[in-house]
Amino acid sequence: MPQNKAIMSNLEEEARRRSTRRSWLLSTPALLVLFCAASGPLLIVLVYSFLTSGEYGGVVWEFSTDAWFNVVFLRDIFDDTLGLADAHLRILWRSVKLSFFTTATTLAIGFPTAYFIATRPRTTRNIWLFLITIPFWTNLLIRTFAILEMIRNQGLINMVLLNLEIIDSPIRMIFTDFAIMVGMTYVYLPLMVLPLYASMERLDFNLVEAAYDLYASRSKVLRRVIIPLVKPGIIAGSILVFIPSLGAFVTPRVLGGGKKMMLGNLIELQFGAGRNWPLGAALSITLLSIVMIALLVYVRTIQKDSDGLR
Amino acid sequence: MTEHPRTAPSGSEKSLAAAINAERVTKVFGSGKDKVIALAEVTVAIQQNEFFTLLGPSGCGKTTLLRLIAGFDHPTDGVIMLHGRDISHLPPYQRSVNTVFQSYALFPHMTVAQNISFGLEMLGKSKDHIKKTVGDMLALVKMAELRDRRTDQISGGQQQRVALARALAPQPEVLLLDEPLAALDYKLRKEMQIELKRLQHETGITFIFVTHDQEEALTMSDRVAVMNAGRILQIGTPRQIYNHPVERFVADFIGSTNFLAAKVLASEGRSARLKLSSGKEVKVELPEGMVPADRVTAVVRPEYAQLFAKDQNNSDLRGVLENIVYFGTDTHYHIRLPDETRFVIRRQNRLEDTETFDVGQTVDIAFKPNSVQVLRD
Repeated sequence: MPQNKAIMSNLEEEARRRSTRRSWLLSTPALLVLFCAASGPLLIVLVYSFLTSGEYGGVVWEFSTDAWFNVVFLRDIFDDTLGLADAHLRILWRSVKLSFFTTATTLAIGFPTAYFIATRPRTTRNIWLFLITIPFWTNLLIRTFAILEMIRNQGLINMVLLNLEIIDSPIRMIFTDFAIMVGMTYVYLPLMVLPLYASMERLDFNLVEAAYDLYASRSKVLRRVIIPLVKPGIIAGSILVFIPSLGAFVTPRVLGGGKKMMLGNLIELQFGAGRNWPLGAALSITLLSIVMIALLVYVRTIQKDSDGLR
Repeated sequence: MTEHPRTAPSGSEKSLAAAINAERVTKVFGSGKDKVIALAEVTVAIQQNEFFTLLGPSGCGKTTLLRLIAGFDHPTDGVIMLHGRDISHLPPYQRSVNTVFQSYALFPHMTVAQNISFGLEMLGKSKDHIKKTVGDMLALVKMAELRDRRTDQISGGQQQRVALARALAPQPEVLLLDEPLAALDYKLRKEMQIELKRLQHETGITFIFVTHDQEEALTMSDRVAVMNAGRILQIGTPRQIYNHPVERFVADFIGSTNFLAAKVLASEGRSARLKLSSGKEVKVELPEGMVPADRVTAVVRPEYAQLFAKDQNNSDLRGVLENIVYFGTDTHYHIRLPDETRFVIRRQNRLEDTETFDVGQTVDIAFKPNSVQVLRD
């Protein structure tokens, strides 16, 4: 009998080893893609951020923390005194601010839109969703230039307002933070609507009726029932808008006219005309860290929410 | 069932004391080709403190009527009054009517206690009042220990109780129940039927109960309205509905029954003399307001007829025994009459039963004249 047991355990061991090997083999393609497309490049960026910049771009293989130092501080060229790199901080602040406002605006527009679609009859919902995705058919750059056409000094909006004699001289909207925000709101709106719709579609509208039945007015139903129940969609949509907004560079470049830079433009500048690859790399990692922190906060709130009632 | 003096025999007359008065209420969904008439000129008065049931097959309009009373939909035509006040077009949050949903519709992001307090909070009641009422309600439905559970952590029967407590907490004038027992298993359903009766008795609130289950309707209600195709066919106590159905649909939908073709020999006022297919004559009472045609359909409940093996002198019908089905508590005898219609007799089984019948033998059927009910065809 003990012999039997030993054989059994040997067999089990063998089976376990085989299944482990198989699962590794099966996940190899995915791991390869993940390494080549994500971890590998990220590692290169991280390494570059600790190197010295080459004279004509590229890097010199010499360890240096200058790039990281320069993200936050600025050494005066004349007297070597240290100051804060306020240009960088201003750009960082603008990026966070504009991304925040973009998220808020897309939420304000996207929420009613998603609610409207989710309350249509099942057969027409897909048509509305299809309409939402139409802007994706056109290149981002072209869409951005279209907005430029509308808001420039001799653009559509100013012309209409001038002709209606509502204003005397054109309102300068172009190359302002406002222009960037309008552009980003337009570009990222579908990313807000789609996750919001997904969670609203699953919403049991019996609950809305139940709330009305229990004397809740429209605004109370929205605040106490609908918003808490579609919160995962609100958070997912906000993340989907906030993160690409932080790193956006096409929209700020076109609508901000190069004067109003965002983090994405700053990074692009370092790899292009700035010829400071290590600084660009360090800024990229900084951006990535901000995003990671935002995501971490999200995961925490979600967990707290689901634990809260227990 | 007898201690409800407020129960009116018929729901059609107007009454100021009525909790709910629906007058010629019509509801049409869609338009043009897709037009569906869900309710057609429904008139009903539901008394205060009454357990009133809307009974009918799915699609008969019973849920539509309930939704109109709740305020989720509004009538296309007609008036709904709550204690004499027109509420036809008020939103649900402005009428003192609460609903227990078929799916319960408990708020998943709130605890049991938070669900129950929701309506009270919305009414702006004081903290003390809310705390006390929630405690009372939890005790009333025997859920006090589970007050801080999430609603997805309790069983279906418990969810049902929470839904009831939530709807009762604001002390509505009328409580609407939309097939609340449909999702429960048989035993739990039996328990909840008794529980609902108890709650209605203790709270003194008017209950309007929607169901397609005739047994539920008969056991729980003070009065039942039988509905079909957007109309109320008959309103009455369970006994009236069961013993004196006036339409074929009502007779057929509630319980099982035997249909007999009969010839009208003479009629005077509400009494008439009928000649059955066997040649036997019976005296019957006609339904209110009926003008008898030459031929009418009469019904006899299976348990109101008696079966005899021997030749009876005064038997009402004669036929051939076709099938005997044993059910434990009773036995069903299927008899084929000479005119090829089938007649079923139900006999309570007794230990001392000695009389036995055989398939194929000729049998006699007898019933009391007052068990024959003539239908309005």
